[in-house]
Amino acid sequence: MAQPLNFVLHVPETPEDHGQEPSPYDESDVHDSFHQLIQEQSRWVAEEGLELQERERGAGAPQTTGSGSRIPPGPEDAGAPSTATLRILASMPSRTIGRSRGAIISQYYNRTVQLRRRVSRPELRGVGRSARPSLRLYDLELDPAALEEEEKRLLLVKELQGLTVAQRDHMLRGMPLGLAEKRCLRSVPVGLGRLQTHCRGGGGLGGGYPLGGVRSIPGPTLMPPVSPERRAGPQGGSGGAGLAGVGSSPAVAGSETPASCNSSLTRPCALPPGGPCGREAESLPYNMPLAYLFTVGVAFFITCITLVYSMSRSFGESYRVGSASGVHAVTVFCSWDHKVTQRRASRLQCDNIRTHLKELLAERQRRQGPRSACGRLRHVAVLGLVWLLCLGTTVGCTMAVYAFSELMIKSPVSADQEGALLALPVVVCLLNLGAPYLFRCLAALERQDSPVLEVYLAICRNLIFKMAILGILCYHWLGRRVGTLKDQCWENFVGQELYRLTVLDFIFVLLDTLFGELVWRLISEKKLKRREKPEFDIAGNVLELIYGQTLTWLGVLFCPLLPAVQIIKLLLIFYVKKTSLMANCQAPRRPWLASHMSTVFVSLLCFPSFLGAAVFLCYAVWQVKPSSTCGPFRTLDTMYEAGKVWVRRLEAAGPRVSWLPWVHRYLVENTFPIYLVSALLLAVIYLNIQVVKGQRRVICLLKEQISNEGEDKVFLINRLHSVYERKERSRAGRSQETERLVDHPDAW
Amino acid sequence: MGSSGSRLSKELLAEYQDLTFLTKQEILLAHRRFCELLPPEHRSVEESLQIRVSLEQILSLPELKANPFKERICRVFSTSPTRDSLSFEDFLDLLSVFSDTATPDIKSHYAFRIFDFDDDGTLNREDLSHLVNCLTGQGEDTRLSASEMKQLIDNILEESDIDRDGTINLSEFQHVISRSPDFARKHDPLFSCSAPLRLSCDRSHSVCPSKHPVREAFHC
Repeated sequence: MAQPLNFVLHVPETPEDHGQEPSPYDESDVHDSFHQLIQEQSRWVAEEGLELQERERGAGAPQTTGSGSRIPPGPEDAGAPSTATLRILASMPSRTIGRSRGAIISQYYNRTVQLRRRVSRPELRGVGRSARPSLRLYDLELDPAALEEEEKRLLLVKELQGLTVAQRDHMLRGMPLGLAEKRCLRSVPVGLGRLQTHCRGGGGLGGGYPLGGVRSIPGPTLMPPVSPERRAGPQGGSGGAGLAGVGSSPAVAGSETPASCNSSLTRPCALPPGGPCGREAESLPYNMPLAYLFTVGVAFFITCITLVYSMSRSFGESYRVGSASGVHAVTVFCSWDHKVTQRRASRLQCDNIRTHLKELLAERQRRQGPRSACGRLRHVAVLGLVWLLCLGTTVGCTMAVYAFSELMIKSPVSADQEGALLALPVVVCLLNLGAPYLFRCLAALERQDSPVLEVYLAICRNLIFKMAILGILCYHWLGRRVGTLKDQCWENFVGQELYRLTVLDFIFVLLDTLFGELVWRLISEKKLKRREKPEFDIAGNVLELIYGQTLTWLGVLFCPLLPAVQIIKLLLIFYVKKTSLMANCQAPRRPWLASHMSTVFVSLLCFPSFLGAAVFLCYAVWQVKPSSTCGPFRTLDTMYEAGKVWVRRLEAAGPRVSWLPWVHRYLVENTFPIYLVSALLLAVIYLNIQVVKGQRRVICLLKEQISNEGEDKVFLINRLHSVYERKERSRAGRSQETERLVDHPDAW
Repeated sequence: MGSSGSRLSKELLAEYQDLTFLTKQEILLAHRRFCELLPPEHRSVEESLQIRVSLEQILSLPELKANPFKERICRVFSTSPTRDSLSFEDFLDLLSVFSDTATPDIKSHYAFRIFDFDDDGTLNREDLSHLVNCLTGQGEDTRLSASEMKQLIDNILEESDIDRDGTINLSEFQHVISRSPDFARKHDPLFSCSAPLRLSCDRSHSVCPSKHPVREAFHC
């Protein structure tokens, strides 16, 4: 808008014009407080019988009034804005957008157009009277707002008729208008006049920012599957009924058919005649070892895709580009739960919110308050000491497990002493149970400022501990047990060990729930006479779930029924924990940033847990020699060789499947395509990072620009105040002058 | 339950279902509860759609009694010129916005209007301090101190007032609510998760299905 700087607004202020002027307070929804203030001022003006003067647009000097007037009763309060200023302020688009019917209709008109025509914004050239006030010359005196709103309403109704019934109803449901108005919009327009009589017409501005864009409601979060799916696979060997898992269960795939299939890999056609051998040239025999590997591989691949997808969605939702934390605003705006209807619960909620707000304020104070160098040094020293102690505990426990496992190797277990096999899992589970409590005690020494950081540190330490223990166990199985169990089935043994660990973990979780929560509550209520129930430790419980899932992933190759056991275990744990939670625990005092924590947990599930299991299985498949007395891989050097042998067989099978060996030789065995693909992916990731950085910078610039516009707005409002203040003062002065002249006519 | 005279017509019911987020059962239940507020001689269907119920009667509903925002809620949804009475359609609007299936957009829109105590289209400092006082409790001893209140409002304005004019308008409100990660998942300013203001079939029972504070805290 190219207006000269010293423009003067042409705002007629005669009292009679109140009814005809297009003011926002004609619309009953809007600006009640302004309405009152304006009424008071107008009443005062009318009582005094002052005639407000008119100013020509562009004129510099005020003109003299004509009529006589009484002296205005008292000095005007310098700070109180005048009627006209209030009127202008009340009609600012940013204040009317949520309230004025016209603004809402205009906003939803644009959304409907976007929905119908799939354009990002309606063409401004086409719309004669644009909705944006800055584009049509915002003319207060000539603003026929009534006509504008009716036009917009008709346009909206026409657009709505163009949508399907479902879309139209969806759009109408989401509009913040009353039911009666929505009914009007749904009806078919028969003419302007008819529409006016049916619906509530009237004043109100057609202004307001037409916000485009239908915000998409986020879809359901994809939960990673608990256990990888399995197609029809070979029978599980080690999932025995007993706790020790050792029994008369057959060795992994020890039946005849796989053996004959196996032997068919090395010797052509050992099968009885009439079988598939005769049709060898046309069909390929069922290769059981490869099918087994493929099943596990595909299951892991699907799990990996699901996990990565879920993690990236969580990341996308939690860490949006340019989003501020806004924790105070969100707490104040979103924390009241209107579900409560009891007065006592309502008071409890008030107490919780008050405590939370005070904690937030205190935390912000502490963060802003500068700490002395000595205090910081002390804090760092304490932190270092606690970390040292925790890591020391971890290393100590790892060495203990290693030593115990070596002891178990040295003292072989006879067939009737199978209970002794439970010793190692029991030791591991006991350590897993005790370490979190120890870490919690050590963390109490630290006295962290921020509770979120405390939680993250606790998660880190517990995770490092659990992964270290699992790591040493994996080394024990693949590194040592394979060597010592030369003539027996080491795969069986590993599968059974993992099964024992799973079941014992379940038992210890139940014991922990019993003692940690129930007994603690009873003790604290009866003996210590405290009414405080123990807090439910969310982080600890989630880490236990992650640990259990890691065990399942580790064992799925050797004990295919382990996922079924895991499902049953999870169902039982869920119900036990739920009962215990309701009966024994209180909610954590510190409210959870639910989405950030979910992101962290899904990332933990993906990175150390799933990746570790995948690495373990890759090593087992690629590098370790399968046992020679059992299993479908018994004739091979590594499990992976099953694929190679099959490819060689395919090559001999004929030209019809020659593309498979080609793919295998040039894309899988050859390292160059893999390097190329990795390099491309890295380049794509780098480009995306740069794009995100650029977006962040743009958001910062836009925020600065918006705050500059805000300054402009404040400047203009102050100018308005001062302009009208000057006008009032000069009017008051002139009326005083006139008064004096009237009273003392012979002063001339 | 109820005579045939107090049933809404099928067309009207279908229309209400199309235009609000409520199901048929909820609309019928709402109609029944609304009629119970009317004097016995005015309980026919036609009258129930025309007549308006005063604010005091709506505020006496058990679902709203303990809500510190009850008056603002009723005023926002009232379409009468003096904003002190609700018709049946206003009542349906109220229940629709507070239901499970309402979009976050419309919820944040109405939440803004409820929080705007002086109805000037923005949340200024007085609005915010009034809001915080409602949240922390009505007693004198439960309120925040003056310095805490000032600091809290300063922090809120710093986080959400993008154009630095000292007030939060609707766009800024919706921006801060929707950009915050917790909102995008489950929370919204009007009722997380389960349906608030779900009317009970029997007035003597309380609406809130669980009085367990743990369950309420874990409603995520």
